Amino acid sequence: MIGKRSAILDEADRWLFPVIVLVSVYVTFRGHNAPGGGFAGGMIAGSGFVLRFLAGGSLTIRRSVIARPTAFIGFGLLVAVGTALMPLVAGDALLESNIWQPELPLIGTVKVVSSSVFDVGVYFLVIGVVLAVLVALGADPIHREGTPSATDDDLVTQTAHDAGSAS
Amino acid sequence: MLILVLAHAIVAIVVLAGARRAPLAGAALGIAVLAATAIVTVVLGIGVDRPRVETWNWVPDLGLQISVRLDGFGVAMVLLVSVIGVLVLAYSAAYFERDDTYVRFVGLFVAFAGAMTGLVVAADLFTMFVFWELTSVCSFLLIGLNDRSAAARSAALRALLVTGAGGLCLLAGVVLLQVAAGTTSFTEMSASTPTGSMVTTAACLALVGAFTKSAQFPFHFWLPGAMAAPTPVSAYLHSATMVKAGIVLMARMAPIFGHLEVWRWMVVVCGGITMILGGLRAMRQTDAKLLLAHSTVSQLGFLTILMGLGVPGATYAGVAHLVAHAVFKAGLFLGVGVIDHATGTRDIRRLNGLWHEMRFVAVLMALAAASMAGLIPLLGFATKEKALVALLDADLGATSAVALAAVIAGSVLSAAYSMRLLRGLLGTTEGIDDPAHVHHAPGAALVAPVAVFAGASLLGGLLAGVVGGWLRAPSGSLDATSSGSLYLWPGINTALFISFAVVVIGGVIGWRVPQSLGPSPMKVSGEKIFQVCFDGLLEASKRITVITQSGSLLAYLAVMMTVVTAVLVVAIASDPGAGLDELVLADSWMQLLVVVFGVVFAFGVVLARDRFVSALLLGGAGFACAVLFALYGAPDLALTQILVETLSIVVFLLVLRQMPRAFTSASVWAPRTIRIAVSIGVGMTVALFAVMVSAARTAPTVGDTFAELSLPEAGGKNIVNVILVDFRGFDTLGEITVLATAALGVTNLVRMARRRRTPAVAREVQVNERSEA
Repeated sequence: MIGKRSAILDEADRWLFPVIVLVSVYVTFRGHNAPGGGFAGGMIAGSGFVLRFLAGGSLTIRRSVIARPTAFIGFGLLVAVGTALMPLVAGDALLESNIWQPELPLIGTVKVVSSSVFDVGVYFLVIGVVLAVLVALGADPIHREGTPSATDDDLVTQTAHDAGSAS
Repeated sequence: MLILVLAHAIVAIVVLAGARRAPLAGAALGIAVLAATAIVTVVLGIGVDRPRVETWNWVPDLGLQISVRLDGFGVAMVLLVSVIGVLVLAYSAAYFERDDTYVRFVGLFVAFAGAMTGLVVAADLFTMFVFWELTSVCSFLLIGLNDRSAAARSAALRALLVTGAGGLCLLAGVVLLQVAAGTTSFTEMSASTPTGSMVTTAACLALVGAFTKSAQFPFHFWLPGAMAAPTPVSAYLHSATMVKAGIVLMARMAPIFGHLEVWRWMVVVCGGITMILGGLRAMRQTDAKLLLAHSTVSQLGFLTILMGLGVPGATYAGVAHLVAHAVFKAGLFLGVGVIDHATGTRDIRRLNGLWHEMRFVAVLMALAAASMAGLIPLLGFATKEKALVALLDADLGATSAVALAAVIAGSVLSAAYSMRLLRGLLGTTEGIDDPAHVHHAPGAALVAPVAVFAGASLLGGLLAGVVGGWLRAPSGSLDATSSGSLYLWPGINTALFISFAVVVIGGVIGWRVPQSLGPSPMKVSGEKIFQVCFDGLLEASKRITVITQSGSLLAYLAVMMTVVTAVLVVAIASDPGAGLDELVLADSWMQLLVVVFGVVFAFGVVLARDRFVSALLLGGAGFACAVLFALYGAPDLALTQILVETLSIVVFLLVLRQMPRAFTSASVWAPRTIRIAVSIGVGMTVALFAVMVSAARTAPTVGDTFAELSLPEAGGKNIVNVILVDFRGFDTLGEITVLATAALGVTNLVRMARRRRTPAVAREVQVNERSEA
């Protein structure tokens, strides 16, 4: 927590956060044809988490995400590398793009490009990086008035617990 | 054959991964694959006219291939590797406790057997090198099997470093040979017999590699240290098989390079010194296993002389003695393991009266040791006899005279240490302080393999003629002119007299030297020299690290920026003033305004006394940049820049919370003037360089092609994005990997810092560190 908890910020966060995440997803997919992309999208979602962090501290962030930051990073990297490697299986070059244009009922023709999947990987990875930095650096400072406070110990044990339970 | 080698690897992985619950099943699987190898080898390799050749293109573009050739020598060696492997694995089932260590042992053992099989049938030096290194790695893991013992770990490391360094020598030799001779295939090389100084150098480098692997002077010291491994490992890797890899290499190369004077002298001098030194040191051991280790060193010296000379008769004797040694030495090691198991010690000063307490084992040990000493009617006698005859007949002038002298001296010593071993293990002496007794009788499973080895030593000697006939094909495949036979009774000749004299003198020496004679403290030994070099290397790298990695951010920045400035100054000096005339002040008043804002912010960053303010101003300069991008029509860049700036400011503020508000005063070594000079220098040169570069374009930009290809090739209208995820997707992949690594680094650094600052945890960490040390 930085400073006192602000009711206005809390309320703003509650309404804005979902919108920001939605916008970030939109920007990610729109990136193929207009300004945007996985990096920008991830950053936007990340700034949503920053807002949440400013409102409620790093514990709020931990509560609001389903996985640990490192899991986001790992998943993103996995998706990106996986997309890069997929064409090799089919005998194409590394990172070769594939374009599918399936017909969906009610929506019409949808164009899916495999590099969009790559961008999704980037998106998750960037979110993970922002979260990791927030959780790591955003935890309360240890040496307030020279001695560790009780909450700090809690935090440390919790981090240790997290590390232990990581699968 | 390749399939069999692969099968070893698969079984090893299966055992390592899945045999936790059923270690015995893993061992059975290992025995099955080794036995299958033996059978297939017999079927494919014996009684065929042309040796079977298999080739697998590994990296076709580089011309790298794994090729094996199952010739006579290959068959003999594969049989040695797999049959001894089966026996040792069976033995180990009774020797080990059923725990994780055992599973690891079985897995690595099978992996090693596979690598060794590949090594002995390798048809060219590249293939051999690959398997050679695999055996080194397996040996490292097996010596360090008991990973809780610091002695075992350091012995494993030493063995790996010595054999690994030798492996590098071998690789250098292989590469040189490939360049000089155009091939590394043994058959092609022996057909063309390459010459030249480069070939000589290559051959000598390969020989050094062989010396490290086969523990030849001056690299002999790692082998006794390797005895930290469990006895079955010592019996298999460090006496019967792996240490023979160097001998195998020499055997394959000697017919081609044996005529080189340098090669011959290296072989004779190093082999001779090793044989005598190993024998002398074996005489001063009180641990039976170490005695055997030094005797192995000595015997390897013997084999080096025989195989390395490249003389047809000696090659035949070498093949024969290689087999004889593998058989009796494996038996002796396993026998010592049995005694260790039964009495709890291997100290020949404490063991007493085993002749009465373990009669059967004692007889077996006596047979194997007699074979080592070269006593009639055992196999060791026949092969050593053959070696003496071959060296007496060899007509190489001084070389063969030196070789003969060394072999005779070494043989006296080997008779002596065989006697010392037997007397120490089995004899009865009065007045022992702390005699060891048999706690529990060894089971049949432990004794049976020893019996097989000892029995083979005896039968091989009695049927020397038959065995000698079998060995003609292996030595013939190394050197077509080589042939010979073994005799149980060779008739009265010079060699026979020498043999008898050697055994008698050696036996008397072995009897007279007191059992309590311990190792002498040596001022200079290979081990110490290695340790000094190793420590020196670590110390030097530490000092260099201290000098180059000062840990001061200021110093790093100063060095980096000075280098950048220097490089750019050189670049700018090549064409000073280029592009400057095309500069305009601004395209529009908006641009000018934004730039003015940015410059003001930048000056603010430098002038601000407060870290917070400075960071905020830095963000301001970044935003000005973003607006500039937008004005130039680069929405993607602008968007990214704005987002990055936003998040950077947040991260900055998070970090700055933990730091003093105001900047600390300047370091003593870097006064303000120098820092300002470096900063201005790097800023000016980078700006000048940017102007120059944009004016220096000679080739058409790639941007146009990207713009054309964006939609049809990658299906996207946003070129910037398409470049990022498609055209330059590989770069992006690298960048996000760096990003991920950086984030993990931040997380862990912060976590470490927290631990260190929290007293309770700090204590715990200290305790852990102490227990690790």
